[in-house]
Amino acid sequence: MNEIANPTKLLPWAPERNGEEAPAAAAKPAPALADALRLPLRLAWRQLRAEKSRLFAAMAGVMFASVLVFMQLGFRGALFDSATNLLGAMRADIFLVHPMTDASFRPEPLPRVRAYQTLADPDVELAVPLYLAQSTWRNPETGRRRAVQLIGLDAGAGAVDFPGLAGIVEALKRPDTLAFDTRSRPEFGPIGRLFAERGSFDVQLGVRRMELVGLVEIGPSFGADGNVVMSETNFRRVVERGASNTDLVAIKLRAGADRAAVRERLRALLPGDVLVLSHEELVAHERSYWENGTPIGFIFVFGSLMGLVVGMVIVYQILFSDIASHISEYATLKAMGYSNGYLARVVMGSALILAIIGFVPGLGLSWLLYDMVGKATFLPLVMYPSRAAVVFLLIFGMCAIAGMLAVRKLRDANPADMF
Amino acid sequence: MAAPPVDLKSITFAYGAGELRRAVLRDVDLTIAPGEIVLLTGPSGSGKTTLLTLIGALRAMQDGTARVLGQELSGASEAERVRLRRRIGFIFQNHNLLGFLTARQNVAMAMELDGGLNETQRLKRAGEMLEAVGLADHAEKPPSQLSGGQRQRVAVARALAGDPGLILADEPTAALDKVSGQEVVHLLRDLAKGRGVPILLVTHDPRILDIADRIVAMEDGRIVSGAQEATVGGEAA
Ligand SMILES: Nc1ncnc2c1ncn2[C@@H]1O[C@H](COP(=O)(O)OP(=O)(O)O)[C@@H](O)[C@H]1O
Ligand SMILES: [Mg+2]
Repeated sequence: MNEIANPTKLLPWAPERNGEEAPAAAAKPAPALADALRLPLRLAWRQLRAEKSRLFAAMAGVMFASVLVFMQLGFRGALFDSATNLLGAMRADIFLVHPMTDASFRPEPLPRVRAYQTLADPDVELAVPLYLAQSTWRNPETGRRRAVQLIGLDAGAGAVDFPGLAGIVEALKRPDTLAFDTRSRPEFGPIGRLFAERGSFDVQLGVRRMELVGLVEIGPSFGADGNVVMSETNFRRVVERGASNTDLVAIKLRAGADRAAVRERLRALLPGDVLVLSHEELVAHERSYWENGTPIGFIFVFGSLMGLVVGMVIVYQILFSDIASHISEYATLKAMGYSNGYLARVVMGSALILAIIGFVPGLGLSWLLYDMVGKATFLPLVMYPSRAAVVFLLIFGMCAIAGMLAVRKLRDANPADMF
Repeated sequence: MAAPPVDLKSITFAYGAGELRRAVLRDVDLTIAPGEIVLLTGPSGSGKTTLLTLIGALRAMQDGTARVLGQELSGASEAERVRLRRRIGFIFQNHNLLGFLTARQNVAMAMELDGGLNETQRLKRAGEMLEAVGLADHAEKPPSQLSGGQRQRVAVARALAGDPGLILADEPTAALDKVSGQEVVHLLRDLAKGRGVPILLVTHDPRILDIADRIVAMEDGRIVSGAQEATVGGEAA
């Protein structure tokens, strides 16, 4: 080896070169905190990057888990959001419902007189009874019938404001007229297009021929694929029911009234056969029925958990085999003075990296799927930032748990066995 | 004279417990002077490796006292032992380089626990160390592209890069042919001598005994010759 004939020349800190004492090999300053985190993370990344197929498998696993959780939470949110579409579209300050009404598609009737009783309060401007029932709608093109939600109300009173309703108040006062919800599912027929082409035309509701005079926007709910709005009088022609009952009362207050105070006063005023609710309370009441009164919420939570468990097993496998196949290198690092904590940070760093590089494409793919599936199912699948954050935290936690399980394998790296 | 970097008194060590307890080291005394190169020889199973792991703070002590680089090892905590290891350069029979790092990055790993150096300094010094072991042209290669002898030279560079106060090597030439084995130990000797770093090297290999300042022979857990330091090293051999 000629090239290294005089190696000491090449060592700038060799003692005979600069006349200093030999390095004391004294304890060195500890690395800064930033380095104590950055360097293990970098080592983790270099290790992951070295084995492309393993990295790809891990990434696919995390991505799969992300997409699964996104879809499950997306469906769950969409169903609950759409469950409350009808009530959410209503615009009034206070609502009255029967205490035993669980969901708007099968309301418990309450005495209509309660609506008029509220007028005793000086801040109540209007109290409009609303009628809810289900009937069938015949698709004008195919002739097929499908269940539809009927909403009967005094459109002119203005206590409830569906988009589009204000312009057709007069038309709805004519006998046997109705307005159709254009956001209903397409199985009801291309009503919006037909109306734009021909103006008002006759449709069949239940066994009755009625005239379509306008369009509103509400959106399908859990219990109803489509909605039809008509006046109170027309509603009574379609649906047989007791004249003294209603299903929901929408109350509009005078400008400047203190809503909470009026609610309190109405609660004191009215007997126990009605609940006095704000709009938010009404929507939450309906949502809580779907969330807690049905297994739907649990199904999606369970689906999400399964995705997380599968993802965790994949990440754990990858991290574990990474450690197992590098066990002598890890032991060497321990012999060189790397602490267990440092090496644990390397493993946790790998977990964090996998969480990020799996989540990001998972987010992109889910976004795409939300769009496609949303269009196909008419479910409002929306990528809320808060949902993305929640899923990232879940994926991060999944990888962190996998990392913590894999860290235990580091104990097998014993530097005393290296010699 | 400075305190000896290694000072062992009546080291006794046994593996196993109860019925299976087997004494491996019996009453070992050994002192290594600053800058001294000591070769430890002896038949297989005589306890050489065990002794090395005790000095290297890789194993907890049982009986006896051992001062290594000023740190008392008997009763030392795990954290104290980890800290001591950072001041010792280890060379193993297998190079144990990290396969996913280049030669230069592997050498730099010996300095990443040293807060006194930044990344640029670490890589520069790693490059200089590789140059010193004749691998300047191979600094950016992964271990898989190096020969056995070259890998072991990277391991030598790594052991020395962290400014160690002591080098411990266990049969560093066992996996190498004669020529590369001699190259590696001569390099090790020259670099260590140049910096005054003492070496304790376990070997079976008669071809490399020439680098020693002193040869210590072990048999059945005891030192049978060479326990006392003959001449004090410290100058280039
Ligand atoms: N981890 C261990 N557990 C139990 N016995 C061991 C262990 N390591 C070594 N030994 C035993 O201790 C004795 C000395 O081993 P060792 O120190 O490796 O000797 P040498 O390096 O001189 O060959 C041998 O009989 C070996 O079988
Ligand atoms: Mg041995």
